[in-house]
Amino acid sequence: MEQSGKSSPAIAVRGLVKKYSKAKTKAVDGVSFEVSGGEIFGLLGPNGAGKTTTIGVLTTAIVPTEGSASIMSVDVTRDPISVKQRIAVVPQQSNLDRSLKVREILTFHAAYHSVPRKVREALADKLLDELGLGDRKNEKVSRYSGGMAQRLMIARALMHEPDVLFLDEPTNNLDPQSRLFLWERIREMNARGLTILLTTHDMDEADKLCHRIAVMDHGKILVNDTPAELKKLIPGGTVLEVRAYVAGGGEHVGEAVSKALNAIPGVAKVELVDEKGAADASDNAGTLSFRVYGEAANTLIGPAAQAVLTAGAQVRDLSVKQPSLEEVFIFLTGRHLR
Amino acid sequence: MGDNERRQGRTLLALNAFFAILQRDIKVTGREFLPFLLQALMQPLFFLFIFGKVLPGIGLASGNFAALMLPGIVALTGMIAAMQGVTLPLVLDLGFAREIDDRLLSPLPVWWVALEKVMFGAIRGVIASSVIFPLGWLILGNGFAVRDDRIPVLIGMVLLTGCVGSTIGLLMGTVIKPDQISLMFTLIFTPLLFTGCTYYPWGALRNIRWFQVLTLFNPLTYAAEGLRYSMVPPIGGHNFPTLGIGWILLLLGVSVVTMFVLGTRTFLRRVVT
Repeated sequence: MEQSGKSSPAIAVRGLVKKYSKAKTKAVDGVSFEVSGGEIFGLLGPNGAGKTTTIGVLTTAIVPTEGSASIMSVDVTRDPISVKQRIAVVPQQSNLDRSLKVREILTFHAAYHSVPRKVREALADKLLDELGLGDRKNEKVSRYSGGMAQRLMIARALMHEPDVLFLDEPTNNLDPQSRLFLWERIREMNARGLTILLTTHDMDEADKLCHRIAVMDHGKILVNDTPAELKKLIPGGTVLEVRAYVAGGGEHVGEAVSKALNAIPGVAKVELVDEKGAADASDNAGTLSFRVYGEAANTLIGPAAQAVLTAGAQVRDLSVKQPSLEEVFIFLTGRHLR
Repeated sequence: MGDNERRQGRTLLALNAFFAILQRDIKVTGREFLPFLLQALMQPLFFLFIFGKVLPGIGLASGNFAALMLPGIVALTGMIAAMQGVTLPLVLDLGFAREIDDRLLSPLPVWWVALEKVMFGAIRGVIASSVIFPLGWLILGNGFAVRDDRIPVLIGMVLLTGCVGSTIGLLMGTVIKPDQISLMFTLIFTPLLFTGCTYYPWGALRNIRWFQVLTLFNPLTYAAEGLRYSMVPPIGGHNFPTLGIGWILLLLGVSVVTMFVLGTRTFLRRVVT
């Protein structure tokens, strides 16, 4: 399809900075990346990482403070009209036109983009069938479920045959079945040559869908690589999770455990994980969670248990984790993603 | 493609988008045409009946009061219909519905989306104004009197009144936050309604000088006076005295341009950060 290095990228972002007038910190702080044509590229990060602002700049809704961005070699600030012709956006929350019927939402969108009447009528019917909405095309969207609205927004996005599709948290708030259906559609659209940039805070989604992922936090890109390469960032490639109970929740004991774990031969790094955002935050207080990175994590189980006891804490749980993007994120930031 | 061709292509794209968006608004209104008419015409209908029929009928107003008030009702109806067509949808859209996003992402300059809203609002205003004429003829009976030698001015005034209303609507729609809607309507609509020389001719205010001066700050005054100029038949061979038509046209033009520029500015600030 493309000869590497010669053809220009579908999306190019260089030194992007966005500071909102009232904010103290920069929402996006020096972000640069490129997405080649035909790629599925993921922007991964917690809420407030700067993903939506980055998409906002690329879709002409936000003017960058510094830096530049282009779509199909067209600069987004200099020629927004040509950019809008080439892109489509599926936002996090429904912005479907509630005054129109479902099919009209598609045909009017296409009319806004100068798609000839015959073409848009046929394409609307085809897309509605493909996305499983064919038998409810004369209703108004107010009767649609969240999943159906999401599919309709995707159909709408495809009506003017864009080169680049932006999906902002596409499967957020969807039930598992709708999620799988959507993943299938995303892969299909990509297989037809569409370049896709999606944001998500779902590691699993990023891992399964994206060819390449940029991990964002505090407005910066921490790493940008294929999922397989990202997982190799974990030293030794494996992780041992140690959960220890410290009576009274003393900080000193936490430090002591950390030190003791670090002293085990073969351990590359120990991280005390901030449990605030984790799902099990409501667990009894005083339980600390450590990530122990090293080669052959399974051989570290015994020494780790010993180390915890020596440091004056009790072992709650020991488990070997498969390297996942979640682990990569924790390794990079010391925090859970959600 | 040369640079020139590309620019031409873009202009054509933008024009297509503009008219498709206008068509969308017209289609939606057309589908709810009866509710739209009821909303626009209920108030003028009763005003015409009470002030044009009942009050003269019981001797509380003189016979030609209806002829003086009809232009005021035409102005008020057109202006409010135009404002309503723009303000409320914009407040909701910019506040939380974001249905406008699809139009903002269409290949046209963002300010054209505001221009389309204004044009659509003006069309609504013109339709509502126009319906007052048959309505007035039906309700006022003998009291219905419109001079027929200033029709071009009349048409111009009806169009201009629609534009005045929709540009004010644009500014209001971009400034007001959803949670302020009812308060702002009371604070803006009510004074606009009663200081706009709709129910009384401007010249008759000469004994209440301060109020006469105050009404000059309301664009509705010029709309009502302009319509009076083009509608009220001469009495005893004398034209009914109104504000000068030159001033009227000039100040309405100034109002349209000012409101549009201010409204577009806040609109852009709301949609592009």
